Amino acid sequence: MSKDNSPVKLWRFHGGVQPPERKALANTTPIRTLPLPKVLYIPLRQHIGMSGSLCVQQGERVLRGQALTEPGVYGGLPIHAPTSGLVGEVVEHPSNHPSQIPEPALTLIPDGEHQAIEFQGLANPTALSSLELIQHLHHAGIAGLGGAGFPTAQKLTLARTIELLIINGVECEPYIVSDDRLMREHAATIIRGVVLLQHILQHQQQAPEAVIAVEDNKPEAVAALTAALGNEHPNIRLQVIPTLYPSGGEKQLIQVLTGKQVPARGYPADLGILMQNVGTAFAIATAIDQGQPLMERVVTLTGEAFQQPGTAWVLLGTPIQHLLECGALEPSAQQRIIVGGPMMGYTVADPRTPIIKTTNCILAPNTVELPAAGAESPCIRCGMCEQVCPASLLPQQLLWLAKAKDHPGLAKHNLADCIECGACAYVCPSEIPLVHYYRKAKAEVREEKIEQQQSEIARLRFEARQERLEREKQERLERHKQAAKAREKALAERAKQAAATPDSTPTAATGKTSADPIQAAIARAKAKRAAQQAQAEPSTNEAAELDPQKARVAAAIARAKAKRAEQQQQAEPSNASAAEPVELDPQKARVAAAVARAKAKRAAMAAESATTDDNNPKPAGDPNKP
Amino acid sequence: MIWFIGIITLAVMALVFGLILGFAAIRFKVESDPLVDQIDEILPQTQCGQCGYPGCRPYAEAIANGEDINKCPPGGEATIQKLADLTGREAKPLDAAHGVEDVKKVAFIREDECIGCMKCIQACPVDAIIGATRQMHTIIADECTGCDLCVEPCPVDCIDMIPVATKTERWRWDLHSIPVTMVNPTEVNPVEVTPAKPHETTPSSTQVKP
Amino acid sequence: MSFYIASSPHSHFNRTTQNIMQLVLFAMVPGVIAQLYFFGWGVLFQLTLAISVALLAEAAVMLLRDRPIKPALNDYSAVVTAALLAVSIPPLAPWWLIVVGTLFAILVVKHVFGGIGQNIFNPAMAAYVMLLISFPVQMTSWMPPALPGYTAPNFIDSLWLFLTTFTTDGYSLEQARLVELSGSLDAMVMATPLDYIKTELGQGYTLQETLQSDLFSIFAGAGWQWVNFAYLAGGLILLQQRVITWHIPTALLGTIGLGAIIGTIVAPDTLPGFNIHVLSGGAMLAAFFIATDPVSAATSNKGKIIYAALIGALIYIIRTWGGYPDAVAFAVLLANLCVPVIDQYTRPRVYGHGGAR
Repeated sequence: MSKDNSPVKLWRFHGGVQPPERKALANTTPIRTLPLPKVLYIPLRQHIGMSGSLCVQQGERVLRGQALTEPGVYGGLPIHAPTSGLVGEVVEHPSNHPSQIPEPALTLIPDGEHQAIEFQGLANPTALSSLELIQHLHHAGIAGLGGAGFPTAQKLTLARTIELLIINGVECEPYIVSDDRLMREHAATIIRGVVLLQHILQHQQQAPEAVIAVEDNKPEAVAALTAALGNEHPNIRLQVIPTLYPSGGEKQLIQVLTGKQVPARGYPADLGILMQNVGTAFAIATAIDQGQPLMERVVTLTGEAFQQPGTAWVLLGTPIQHLLECGALEPSAQQRIIVGGPMMGYTVADPRTPIIKTTNCILAPNTVELPAAGAESPCIRCGMCEQVCPASLLPQQLLWLAKAKDHPGLAKHNLADCIECGACAYVCPSEIPLVHYYRKAKAEVREEKIEQQQSEIARLRFEARQERLEREKQERLERHKQAAKAREKALAERAKQAAATPDSTPTAATGKTSADPIQAAIARAKAKRAAQQAQAEPSTNEAAELDPQKARVAAAIARAKAKRAEQQQQAEPSNASAAEPVELDPQKARVAAAVARAKAKRAAMAAESATTDDNNPKPAGDPNKP
Repeated sequence: MIWFIGIITLAVMALVFGLILGFAAIRFKVESDPLVDQIDEILPQTQCGQCGYPGCRPYAEAIANGEDINKCPPGGEATIQKLADLTGREAKPLDAAHGVEDVKKVAFIREDECIGCMKCIQACPVDAIIGATRQMHTIIADECTGCDLCVEPCPVDCIDMIPVATKTERWRWDLHSIPVTMVNPTEVNPVEVTPAKPHETTPSSTQVKP
Repeated sequence: MSFYIASSPHSHFNRTTQNIMQLVLFAMVPGVIAQLYFFGWGVLFQLTLAISVALLAEAAVMLLRDRPIKPALNDYSAVVTAALLAVSIPPLAPWWLIVVGTLFAILVVKHVFGGIGQNIFNPAMAAYVMLLISFPVQMTSWMPPALPGYTAPNFIDSLWLFLTTFTTDGYSLEQARLVELSGSLDAMVMATPLDYIKTELGQGYTLQETLQSDLFSIFAGAGWQWVNFAYLAGGLILLQQRVITWHIPTALLGTIGLGAIIGTIVAPDTLPGFNIHVLSGGAMLAAFFIATDPVSAATSNKGKIIYAALIGALIYIIRTWGGYPDAVAFAVLLANLCVPVIDQYTRPRVYGHGGAR
């Protein structure tokens, strides 16, 4: 047990900034419970990875805590009903993502009773194996509540030998106080979660050491955690670190605490370190001890535009609109609604956007506290961005390269190591939205890579096809040759035979006809085709004679043609209607209709060629056609 | 005599440096792909034939033999730029005679209308259509290059070219693509979703200048 | 209504290019006051004309380039360039000199290379070098500093000298100086302390003999030392305000100092000491205001140290063995040339990218 005054060496990462914290707006009031929203839009996928498969029916009544999706074949993370109510449709709903691109979400109409299933906690979790606990967490739908929302079970499974468990209570973004309030009010549960995590991560009966890191701007949270820790947890250390943005970033916090750097394109697990957010630790404890899946989370409502800022337990799937009402938003000029903090958060345009597992803050600033970005002016190479970059990148070089779309150059300057913390753009005196340029460049690089892979696959498939066609051609030629040889041989034999039996002397022509069945077949086919062509107006009974398959094909072709004709010009309806009402069996009727349509089309074409065709644009497929 | 020594000195120097250069040329020789392969790498491999050649490889060969580099609509300006860099030629605008740059599309067969004629399968340069005679055909969307070649042969016109929808994972941070939503903050349901107009989407101050 | 869309970060540090340039100008005030005190009104005329011409030139270029004029004028970068040039040239140099210099700095050095942020060379120093090479007489005609027994020309005389190169009495600068100095000071004293040292040493006098002149006082060149202290004070303001970092001033002054100390040890009779080098010429102005110009300096901290050390070394070398008494402008330009190379080889190690590159 060591307190914050323990002589533990701390390191520091390169750069960092100290933006105005403004945490007092929301951290003075306890976490509220909000009234139920009228409707929930629960995105089927709220985190990195696959979505689960739906296991409820439309119109079904579900209870709070009931699973809505299950892992399914892809092992996706399940989601649970946050309240009791009726299951509605799965709709394409604006996603809680900077792009707002619609993604499938399940609608749930709360019935107001908030009736829950019977939650069954695990009685003696420390007696269970890690695997069983991890599976339990997966079924409880737990994902990282701090950052990208990586499924916790997956993270725990992938972790190999972990020597250090870091619990991230840093919350370095200004304004956000969700973890702060959670630590103040639920310190004991968080520590229970840490103990369970240590149990899950134990390796050869040896639980990893745990460090709970908190920034020194949260003395109340530190006090609460210290009190909750007591003297019973020698293997858990509370570490207070200096306030500096972005020390809550995974890589930065690891450097602050251990002095080590996570290798590029590596994971903290490579250093024997695993990091979990305090909120996740809390969710793990409630999932294991009380059997409650992840259904709600603490969300900070802050910014001067909220008349009642604070923190609240928010059901997953709650539309942001509901929170705006609960926080009594009074929109100011150019109101922005930011999901997350002022440094890394993104704006949402659609207030129906739902709260998901990773949403920790809704920030509604006015333009006085967070003025809209000014006009971008040219870079004066002041180097401030480089001074503050926590990844030790060269932001201004990256800017030139990103503008020039020099992808190899960007790779050389390690664009991929940018954590998009926004420190560079924060200090830039020319107000260049550097991070935006990097994000765009990253997307372009990624897109180029995907396209390159796809074109490589296409090239292989094209070449394989060319090869196959060539091979088939060769085989065909070979077959023809063989056939020709066989035929010659047969002919020669026939001739020999004929020579051997001189008394039977038919004419050469008939002899040949009877001798060559292939040619006979060809001739027959030709005759048939000629007959078909001769009949300019195919009669219905003739068509009926054709086998049904052909008729269907003909009908389909005719249908398509007719459709095309219709698209090109609304032909006089009289033509088509004239041929319609013949009382025949359905097959015949279809064919007849097709024929009629074909005729109509021909007529229409004729009519069209006479008149100008500028009144009706041709369909997209047509310009290629003669 | 002086000038004679001068000539001798220069000649010896020329010989020595020539030898060094020759040695370096052999010793540090960089093995590079033949030009055609490098060009083929750059081309988008849609195999669409819009350039007038039967596939990307033939066009790559043609470029290596002096054909214009601006005949590939699927690759667009980016490809032209790369080809210009590689071949050291001038980057020209896309030759409109071969088509225009368009959003990426994939083919889609309206399956209930398909008659199973096999014509599109024969046309597909990358074998991205599966089906058998008189059986319904379908497109393997992941393999489809959007080359458009299957649309023409279809006798019943049941193939559409559908633009590929952007997913959140592949969004390119184009803030203008976000639709503006009219909101009334006192009501639960937003009024209306209007399609984005760039000048409305973001205030001028937050627009990112190129 | 609708909610606005913006890209993160939504928070912004309250310092723009304009603020930075204003702070630089503010930090120059002590130095300018010292120059006013010791060299008379000329500095003020130079500053006024230089800034006016710079703003006009900037506006004209923006008009020609079809770019918005107002932001370009508002960023104060042209003002800073003009001010740096104005305080660098002799205070009573004729008006056309500063006009030509400022136009060259803004039009050729800055905008021909693409405007703010794109220039390879420090505009003020490039203009200074151009003037020094083209008009050596005017560029070396420094009046002696105001000392007991000598006063700088009064306001009217200064203005007249500035505009017509003659005083109201019809004396030229040279004649005015001779009239003023008759009896009180050595008539040979017509140059800067560094110039004087170079001349005297060249004639075989020892350093000690040279320093006996009235041109020198407690620390270094009379008057000049206070101007340098004033610029040091301004530089400390910039450091305190974090407009500049310690790297460039420290490395620059440190390198000059190192050279001077070695020089004093090796040849105390012929090589001036640390105080002379740092306080008699343009060293302070260079260390805090000129070499720290971010556009033409190296970017990384390591790079800045190398860049500034290079300037310091060049200043010492040219002053000691070169043809010019002071060498700030040449040293800065030569170091500007090296910046891309320095930047290339001083890229910081990126987080998570192992040890050596």
